[in-house]
Amino acid sequence: MTQLPEHTERSLGLVIDLDTCVGCHACVVACKGWNTETHGAPLSDTDPYGAAPEGTFLNRIHSFEVQPEAGPAQLVHFPKSCLHCEDAPCVTVCPTGASFKRAEDGIVLVNEDDCMGCGLCAWACPYGAREMDAAAGVMKKCTLCVDRIYNTNLPEEDREPACVRTCPAGARHFGDLSDPASDVSRLVAERGGMDLMPEQGTKPVNKYLPPRPRDSWPEEQSDTLAPFLAPVTEEAGGFLGWLDRALEQLPGGRA
Amino acid sequence: MHPAPSVILFSTLSGLGLGLMFWLGLGLPAVTGWSAFGLYFIAYALAVGGLMLSAFHLANPKNAPKAFSQWRTSWLSREAWAAVIALLAVAVHAIGVIFFDTRLAVIGAIGSALALLTVLTTSMIYTQIRAVPRWNQVTTPILFLTLSLAGGALLAGQVTAAAMLLPLAGIAQLVHWHIGDARARGPDSTPESATGLGGKGRVRLFEPPHTGSNYLLHEMVYRIGRKHALRLRVFAIVLMVVAPALLLIVPFSPLILALAALSHLAGVLASRWLFFAEAEHVVGLYYGQR
Amino acid sequence: MTAQPRTETNPEVADEIRRTTCYMCACRCGINVHMKDGKVAYIEGNRDHPVNRGVLCAKGSAGIMQHNAPSRLRAPLRRTGPRGSGKFEEITWEEALTTAVSWMKPLRESAPEKLAFFTGRDQSQSFTSYWAQAFGTPNYAAHGGVCSVNMAAAGIYTMGGAFWEFGQPDWERTKLFMIFGVAEDHDSNPIKMGLGRLKERGARVIGVNPIRTGYNAIADDWVGITPGTDGLFILALVHELLKAGKIDLEYLARFTNAPVLVDESQGAETSGLFLRDEGGKPLVIDSASSEAVAFDTPGILPSLAGKLERGGTTHRSVFQIMAERYLDPAHAPEAVADRCGIPAARIRSIAADLAHAAFDEPVIIEQPWTDFRGIRHERMVGRPVSFHAMRGISAHANGFQTARALHILQILLGSVETPGGFRFKPPYPKPPEAHPKPHGNGQPGQPLRGPHLGFVQGPEDLCLCEDGTPSRIDKSFSWENPMSAHGLMHMVIPNAHAGDPYRIDTLFLYMANMAWNSSMNTAAVIDMLTDTDDSGEYVIPRIIYSDAYSSEMVAYADLILPDTTYLERHDCISLLDRPISEAEAAADAIRWPVVEPDRDVRGFQSVLIDLGARLGLPGFVEEDGSAKYRDYADYIIRHERRPGVGPLAGFRGDGSEGGRGAPNPEQLERYIENGGFWVAHVPEEAQFFKPWNSAYQDWAVSMGFYDAPQPYLFQLYVEPMRRFQLAAEGFGERQPPEQLRERVRAAMDPLPHWAPPFGEADPDEYPLQALTQRPMAMYHSWGSQNAWLRQIHGQNPLYIPAEIWTAQGFREGDWARLTSPHGEIRVPAAPMAALNPHTVWTWNAIGKRKGAWALDEGAPEATKGFLLNHLISELLPEQGDGMRWANSDPVTGQAAWFDLRVKIERLDPQEQAEPGFAPIESPVSKGPKVLRWRVGK
Ligand SMILES: Nc1nc2c(c(=O)[nH]1)N[C@H]1C(S)=C(S)[C@@H](COP(=O)(O)OP(=O)(O)OC[C@H]3O[C@@H](n4cnc5c(=O)[nH]c(N)nc54)[C@H](O)[C@@H]3O)O[C@H]1N2
Ligand SMILES: Nc1nc2c(c(=O)[nH]1)N[C@H]1C(S)=C(S)[C@@H](COP(=O)(O)OP(=O)(O)OC[C@H]3O[C@@H](n4cnc5c(=O)[nH]c(N)nc54)[C@H](O)[C@@H]3O)O[C@H]1N2
Ligand code: SF4
Ligand code: SF4
Ligand code: SF4
Ligand code: SF4
Ligand code: SF4
Ligand SMILES: [Mo]
Repeated sequence: MTQLPEHTERSLGLVIDLDTCVGCHACVVACKGWNTETHGAPLSDTDPYGAAPEGTFLNRIHSFEVQPEAGPAQLVHFPKSCLHCEDAPCVTVCPTGASFKRAEDGIVLVNEDDCMGCGLCAWACPYGAREMDAAAGVMKKCTLCVDRIYNTNLPEEDREPACVRTCPAGARHFGDLSDPASDVSRLVAERGGMDLMPEQGTKPVNKYLPPRPRDSWPEEQSDTLAPFLAPVTEEAGGFLGWLDRALEQLPGGRA
Repeated sequence: MHPAPSVILFSTLSGLGLGLMFWLGLGLPAVTGWSAFGLYFIAYALAVGGLMLSAFHLANPKNAPKAFSQWRTSWLSREAWAAVIALLAVAVHAIGVIFFDTRLAVIGAIGSALALLTVLTTSMIYTQIRAVPRWNQVTTPILFLTLSLAGGALLAGQVTAAAMLLPLAGIAQLVHWHIGDARARGPDSTPESATGLGGKGRVRLFEPPHTGSNYLLHEMVYRIGRKHALRLRVFAIVLMVVAPALLLIVPFSPLILALAALSHLAGVLASRWLFFAEAEHVVGLYYGQR
Repeated sequence: MTAQPRTETNPEVADEIRRTTCYMCACRCGINVHMKDGKVAYIEGNRDHPVNRGVLCAKGSAGIMQHNAPSRLRAPLRRTGPRGSGKFEEITWEEALTTAVSWMKPLRESAPEKLAFFTGRDQSQSFTSYWAQAFGTPNYAAHGGVCSVNMAAAGIYTMGGAFWEFGQPDWERTKLFMIFGVAEDHDSNPIKMGLGRLKERGARVIGVNPIRTGYNAIADDWVGITPGTDGLFILALVHELLKAGKIDLEYLARFTNAPVLVDESQGAETSGLFLRDEGGKPLVIDSASSEAVAFDTPGILPSLAGKLERGGTTHRSVFQIMAERYLDPAHAPEAVADRCGIPAARIRSIAADLAHAAFDEPVIIEQPWTDFRGIRHERMVGRPVSFHAMRGISAHANGFQTARALHILQILLGSVETPGGFRFKPPYPKPPEAHPKPHGNGQPGQPLRGPHLGFVQGPEDLCLCEDGTPSRIDKSFSWENPMSAHGLMHMVIPNAHAGDPYRIDTLFLYMANMAWNSSMNTAAVIDMLTDTDDSGEYVIPRIIYSDAYSSEMVAYADLILPDTTYLERHDCISLLDRPISEAEAAADAIRWPVVEPDRDVRGFQSVLIDLGARLGLPGFVEEDGSAKYRDYADYIIRHERRPGVGPLAGFRGDGSEGGRGAPNPEQLERYIENGGFWVAHVPEEAQFFKPWNSAYQDWAVSMGFYDAPQPYLFQLYVEPMRRFQLAAEGFGERQPPEQLRERVRAAMDPLPHWAPPFGEADPDEYPLQALTQRPMAMYHSWGSQNAWLRQIHGQNPLYIPAEIWTAQGFREGDWARLTSPHGEIRVPAAPMAALNPHTVWTWNAIGKRKGAWALDEGAPEATKGFLLNHLISELLPEQGDGMRWANSDPVTGQAAWFDLRVKIERLDPQEQAEPGFAPIESPVSKGPKVLRWRVGK
């Protein structure tokens, strides 16, 4: 069913904090582990111990270097998985109906039973969020852990995506982005959450929180700092004099 | 994009076959009997063969029949329908001229229209992909259509039509490259917009997410050298347009025509190879392409 | 319109969840192992666990691929080809153990030191050292000397605890956090969780590191320091803070040895030592009475400005001596800026930030407490600045003093063990005196008289033979590195090969890839391992090795004792050793066999128990000579170090006792029920000021950390170091050899100083410094056998500063030749801008030997991956006196991995990283061509 729902009841998605992500790949492997064990066909690896190992992953961490006009270069670790776009081109191109966007929560999924492995949806996705599984011949993508978030076999607190649950730095947040009162929506509002490639017109649900400004050093010693470091004395040997006076102030010192 | 042989052959051959069907449907040439059979055989061999080749591109062909289901949104699904209906309509016309010496002109015209529509749907599969700026432009369907018409005319022996269409296709090709180059270089999507970090400075991939390859890199992040591409472009335009057009000036002979058609075919294959190989998918921005 | 496809949203998750402890690295997070059909299906973090609270790193989640790796050894092996060939035959355990005993027993009876037993990053050192002690060899240590002993020793000698297992920042309260030289660290998940918390709270993070990746990438401010110069930078901060009086005087007076009186005479045998009373207690001047009294006299406020003439000698407080030294303009920001690569204004601005955060925004907890002088404090006042540091500081030859400098800075700010600062984790704090001293002389047939490793207080504690030569094979606790509290594992093979100080017979290694990534100068070490003497015998005659996988080292052993994977055995993460405590709680944990091995392998600790019994070692046999313990699990339950104190502190006695208590036969079951761990919370009143807090001291005694309260002072001035200096100045019976005299005098400075690292080659010829970093998703050499992780890091480029990249005309895909005074490598290169301009670096331990780890010989790890180790020598170039000193810190013997100077040259793209080595034959078979891992259904 590749017509996009007119309206989704909720817009579940991730908010990824680029200010906090340390690039540890924990979310990558937790995602692989969970999804290889549960949803659809296992995520396969070819030549896993050989010269050209590669496999299917639903989430990957890139690292970018950013060179500002002034100041040192910065490094940003950049997690990327499906953004569960509102206007998901990957869905509408799919000829078999395997790709769809759920009306109830906006999650974009592939129904592997229908997929013919044409790869067109992966072409249509600007973000590289879809990977064809080499062994199963079906398209794979982030499921937003649809088999966790509603799973009554899991304790309530674990009904969140595997990548979110595992992220040691707490850089990944999950929630309903259509609800302005949700924690994720608030984060987006407070921190200026942004879309990737808005010019592609996909209207991603997932948002990225930009890194906070870095390296705010004063180039010269600034006036605001000076009071903190005013020397106790300019005189040679005056330090001990200061010390004596300072010690007298201490409770239990010479009164 | 990865220039997959199956997809290149598919679109080239089916385009030619459907182009031939277009002319045959219009009764150009007005053949019947065995000669009609011969031409229709070539048309069907190219079109059906091409379509079948496309199945090699499928990782899970057993679900191919489901490709008919999503015609509301999917150009690939529409292509499937258009192809089947076109082939059927053309078949009715063909049966008339081959076996009954009767030309059902209306059905023929419908068949021709459907054949062109099929080519259009094929081209739209690529045109609609916004993530490939080089494809996502109006000259893509024009290129596919003019090539299909010109090639079909060559095969159908429509010398005059071919002589007029080949230059048109050539122009479409040149414009397609020109606009494509501009779009690929254009500021639309950049590493800065892909990462949202543009406000902070210039963005460069430092470390890819994995040291090996993956599906995306194989499929979408194909790189072709600039010099190599230029040579191929010359090769493509010469074989596809210039040589056949020149051959058509030479007094007509079936051999010359066959030569022109073969040259054209080779040229279209080169052009189609470039169509994929030169197409930069924006996902490359996440993998260090600019 | 067709209906939306139905999606299974409620699948069964597991038949059962077994909770144990991760071992993909030394962080020891709690894991929930999901089982399906009796097999391991999925691993996630244990939310209740004190270390990771549910999160898990990439390695931890990939544990499943480690557990099923094709490189797992399958049975004991006996070498059949020459060493290094990789040719082996599988043998039975009985044969393996009999062979081992037949080699070891005669050694024990004649010369126990000829067995050298060294272990890697295992987590059972209290047990392995106990075994070695029972055997009687002085030659035992774990890998700490290779790793970070500078950090540990500097911390213990200065403040009775260090970073990592010993302590942590007060993540919840700190406002300014500075992290020095850390890429990942052992406390891998907790640091990430902590940083996440800081970000959430909007606290500021400053990263001091030549390389801006990982933690440093998310730091608000980056200080791209030039390697090896942190000591200068830190002491410049000290200079600024002292000058501005932005130091915590009360804290210094009450809790540190800043007020302790030092003998200022010159050339006397007491010069530089503390003035002490008859009981040996250091004296301070009481501010109220102006009398010199013992430091712990109840009720006093010691004076920082104390001065005393006694017996014609002036004694002044440590603080005055220290202030004098660091107020010197030589320590001013301007004096160090160029060398550090940090503008003076920036140094000053950081000092100002520290001052501001510490003193203008104190954290106050309304919690009364009583200190060891009986003084009641109404509130807990803290300085919300905290620090963390690791190998970027410690893996330099000036690392001990640099780490000391950092601790001094922390202490001056009053930010250790105060709210918002740095907090110890039980059983720390613990002063050096509470640790054992090293024991280094073995007697045939006898156990060693005490533990091998410890903390020396002066020359009398060194491990020397009668003739003054080192008694240990690694020369720990000798004049070359007197405070080598963790041994020098990197010197064992070179020394044994050189017969310096003597030859050994059997090298027994456990879990250390010494023929590859944990050796300096790998190629030479390989030669040493295979070198033969005139009679054709190997110079190191016998090598026994326990590994779980087909590592490079396996090929160099004569006998292999294959270990299980971490999901198949019992382990004990003990308070006696390296526990998993947090600042707020003592904790320990176990591993247990959540699955049984499907191969003929045995947990190494159980094998040691068996060997101990077969050798008749005391502690391992009953009076009648029968085996004392069935296996390691039995030992964990029944062994007692001191009455009531065993390997595990939890669920003792009837199961309700913690800390002390009788052995409980059900103890392991209780741990398993509790999620594999045990936690005891530190009482509220005891949460901070632990070294001086009576409530904490009493609690620590109740837990069995020590038998009586032992409050102590932080040691700004480390008197034991002065004792070594005095020896170098000619005082005392034990004297350093002449050629080391000057070095000992200079290195053993009781106040931290900065010296250029020893390894510094000619900076004109070798203008760059080469570093490695831990990739977060890889653990040393183990990661590469992991099908998932090796896709992330299957090869490692050499990262080159963008300026050099451009200047030398590098293009994408180019390689580089990197040359050190010691050798050259040819490796793939890549540019980096967020990098100190004098630094090149690569990820650590990605490079693999062909044939190892069950990988194809064409694996990128073996063709493009590389080690820097080939460029690092374990010995420094010859000195003026013809001596070659170890490339180690002169105080602790810490391996100076990062003092590597190099030059670089562009190369066109190559096929094979050099040096290449001949492939080794694999003792295990290869893995599958396609992996579709799923168990159940
Ligand atoms: N994922 C993972 N975790 C691990 C390990 C692993 O292999 N993988 N190994 C474990 C082990 S055994 C250890 S010892 C720890 C080590 O943990 P870390 O101490 O984090 O070890 P390194 O990766 O060596 O990082 C050293 C850092 O110091 C920086 N550095 C080098 N020289 C200097 C200097 O002079 N000044 C400053 N300021 N910085 C400098 C380097 O750039 C690097 O970032 O990690 C443990 N944790
Ligand atoms: N250039 C450079 N070299 C370095 C460093 C650096 O920063 N730069 N860091 C140094 C440091 S700090 C360290 S700690 C060393 C680490 O170096 P090593 O201690 O050699 O570490 P590993 O490579 O992890 O090797 C440990 C061995 O343990 C084996 N093993 C894994 N699991 C088990 C198990 O369950 N049981 C048994 N019996 N064996 C097992 C592995 O197969 C492997 O062979 O490297 C040092 N080398
Ligand atoms: S990110 Fe890609 S795969 Fe996901 S919904 Fe958007 S277009 Fe589709
Ligand atoms: S690969 Fe599968 S999901 Fe994607 S477009 Fe083709 S049929 Fe649809
Ligand atoms: S939401 Fe689930 S499927 Fe998506 S990236 Fe996270 S773990 Fe993977
Ligand atoms: S787990 Fe969190 S910190 Fe680590 S790479 Fe993923 S998002 Fe970043
Ligand atoms: S940090 Fe990662 S590998 Fe280390 S113990 Fe924790 S989960 Fe395991
Ligand atoms: Mo280490």
